[in-house]
Amino acid sequence: MSAQFDVRYTAQLARLHLSEDEIVKFQAQLSQILTYVEKLEQVDVTGIEPTAHANAVFNVFREDAPRDWFTAEDALANAPRSANQLFIVPKVIE
Amino acid sequence: MELSSLSLTDAQASLRAKEVSPAELLRALDARIARVDPQIHGYLSRDLDAALACAEKADVSLPLGGLPIAIKDVINVRGEPCTAASKILQGYRANYDATVIRKLRAAGAIPFGRCNLDEFAMGSSTENSAFGHTRNPWDTTRIPGGSSGGSAAVVAADEAFAALGSDTGGSIRQPAALCGIVGLKPTYGRVSRFGLIAFASSLDQIGPFTKTVRDAGLVLNAIAGRDPQDSTSLDEPVPDHTALLGRDLKGLRLGMPREYFIAGLDPQVDAAVRAAVRHYESLGAEIVEVSLPNTEHAVGVYYIIATAEASANLARFDGVRYGHRAADATGLLDHYGRTREEGFGPEVKRRIILGTYVLSSGYYDAFYLRAQKVRTLIRRDFSAAFEKVDAIICPTSPEVAFKAGDRSDDPLKMYLADIFTIATNLAGIPGMSIPCGFASVEGRPLPIGLQLLGKPFQEAQLLQIAHAYEQSTDWHKARPTLA
Repeated sequence: MSAQFDVRYTAQLARLHLSEDEIVKFQAQLSQILTYVEKLEQVDVTGIEPTAHANAVFNVFREDAPRDWFTAEDALANAPRSANQLFIVPKVIE
Repeated sequence: MELSSLSLTDAQASLRAKEVSPAELLRALDARIARVDPQIHGYLSRDLDAALACAEKADVSLPLGGLPIAIKDVINVRGEPCTAASKILQGYRANYDATVIRKLRAAGAIPFGRCNLDEFAMGSSTENSAFGHTRNPWDTTRIPGGSSGGSAAVVAADEAFAALGSDTGGSIRQPAALCGIVGLKPTYGRVSRFGLIAFASSLDQIGPFTKTVRDAGLVLNAIAGRDPQDSTSLDEPVPDHTALLGRDLKGLRLGMPREYFIAGLDPQVDAAVRAAVRHYESLGAEIVEVSLPNTEHAVGVYYIIATAEASANLARFDGVRYGHRAADATGLLDHYGRTREEGFGPEVKRRIILGTYVLSSGYYDAFYLRAQKVRTLIRRDFSAAFEKVDAIICPTSPEVAFKAGDRSDDPLKMYLADIFTIATNLAGIPGMSIPCGFASVEGRPLPIGLQLLGKPFQEAQLLQIAHAYEQSTDWHKARPTLA
């Protein structure tokens, strides 16, 4: 499986640009790590349920009631770009 | 004796006896930090004026009244930076308190100082910080452990009475061991993570670093409990975690897992931990050999599950709502790609890619689902062991602090540093590290940690077991010598 590992394609999926140097380096390092984790193939997991959380709790609900929380000013306080109480984002639709 | 070298309990006694004021304690710490932190770099920032303003109103009758506590720079404190040691959050200022901070304030404590870490808590040496390495106070050419290396180093160097860290695969216990102090990772669900910058949400827990076992119990008392803002925090009763301290160990059974005493374990660590086991026998505990047969798979399972969750959690860093934003993007994909390229460091990038890959179409079942199933086997190992014993005793780390730079280019070797701490997080059980001796390396003493693992929500008993050892040994009294 690790033989098919392609850093360049995976980085695109992660919306992460990489330099050519990083691509070469990560391809080697992560292939080594994937070979290590592939040892898990040897474990017999027939009939074993997966664990998603150590102490699983389900359906935690709360009242859908209004409460005091961030104001628009709070929410925008750390925005790299904002105007008129809005986040400025790059143009999405051509 | 300098004020800064007090334990949390002794500092509290001094405050309550009116021998010292909260402001004087803060100024003593600040002076100590100014003197020794240039050698350690355990802090990324601190705001003395904000802390002094809290000190003015401090009520020393509260459980932690007037006591300053240092905070890993991954937990939000209103008005302060929270960088996660990443360039992507440089300049960010929190405008809310994490639940643990709200609870510390309610107990009278004063958050003071932001501790260095591996970027986004990813690492075992604090070398992955974008803002410079933290150094081990016992030997400043060596690493303090990680990822909460700053929190551990500042407590060990008497630059803090206590600190909060977070532990996803050992990030509290391993640096506590390597710096010779107490570190406690509570049960998954014991402490709210609301306001903690998420790394791997099925594993992360917040916990204390302290100079003594009692101090760890005091801090846990303040931060534990269900929080409606973290749906994974559990509605379990919170006992007084100092209530069992001082009780004897007669009738308690401690398990030695044979898979944790392996070739590759540093002989000096092996000897110190075995001596601690014999010491426990002399204190009346019964020692039983137990087996955790899936231990060898823990690192592999962890690096699939933790990276998968990290790749999802770190998707929020998109250059829109907070943090770094690449200039002059030519379009949306260019904006995301370059914002994240410029903001994240190498280890974070590696883990995002690994996590994205194991979740990607065609590989999910082979990697992620299989890892979750092996995680079930690891949990079962602990459940079976805890049918025979009350707690597990083993090394925290297979080695003592290594030299800075030794592994920075070998991620797999770095990952194996966490071999004894990772399974705890996968099982969700509580664990702690306490000092149990020193190795002599190049003529210098380097601390060794003893790890104690307990049943879910049995932190009080774990602290009792740790306290009995601590009070009958002198390791916790040793302090590094700093100029």
